[in-house]
Amino acid sequence: MLFFSYFKDLVGQEVTVELKNDLAIRGTLHSVDQYLNIKLENTRVVDQDKFPHMLSVRNCFIRGSVVRYVQLPPDGVDVDLLHDAARREARGG
Amino acid sequence: MLASALYNYDDAGKIVVLLRDGRKLMGTLRFFDQFANAVLEGVCERVIVGEQYNDIPLGLYVIRGENVVLIGDLDTEREELPPHMVRVSETEIKRAQKVEREASELRGTMRKRMEFLDFD
Repeated sequence: MLFFSYFKDLVGQEVTVELKNDLAIRGTLHSVDQYLNIKLENTRVVDQDKFPHMLSVRNCFIRGSVVRYVQLPPDGVDVDLLHDAARREARGG
Repeated sequence: MLASALYNYDDAGKIVVLLRDGRKLMGTLRFFDQFANAVLEGVCERVIVGEQYNDIPLGLYVIRGENVVLIGDLDTEREELPPHMVRVSETEIKRAQKVEREASELRGTMRKRMEFLDFD
């Protein structure tokens, strides 16, 4: 639940989602759900030459289970707040 | 909340589905749920090998969500593929796929042989 709430607060930010198949997609976080499925808008692929079929894709839905990383802007994260929240969740969870 | 995360673009739009086995399916999205189970109409598989590609028509597909990587909507105002790519026949693309598959298998076996020899 913690990361679901966390991502909900990040809606509107520019993120780069790296998938387990090594595809990396940059876009604006539009929405997220309980499975951490991600919907991105205004997307562009990081290595366009390697993935030519993604050229005209501008909005996409990414299944949560295939995500390896979600790269965030360094100033977009309050690390201490997240750390405290995670500690509380681990204790109470 | 859930609805906003679901793919809810209008049916008329063409979409591309990336599957875990590397396949790329294109068609019209008819149904979709939070597990990414999907029903696609008028599906064709776009096979890309290097600069060559071909679309193989498949019909109506029901896709189990666990195989789905990504569902993207194709912007009709933009080129679907880079202009240097060449469309070839189904036989040709299948031949190219076979060559690519054999090349990567060969690389795989050579690697295994090297690892067996345990070079530092």
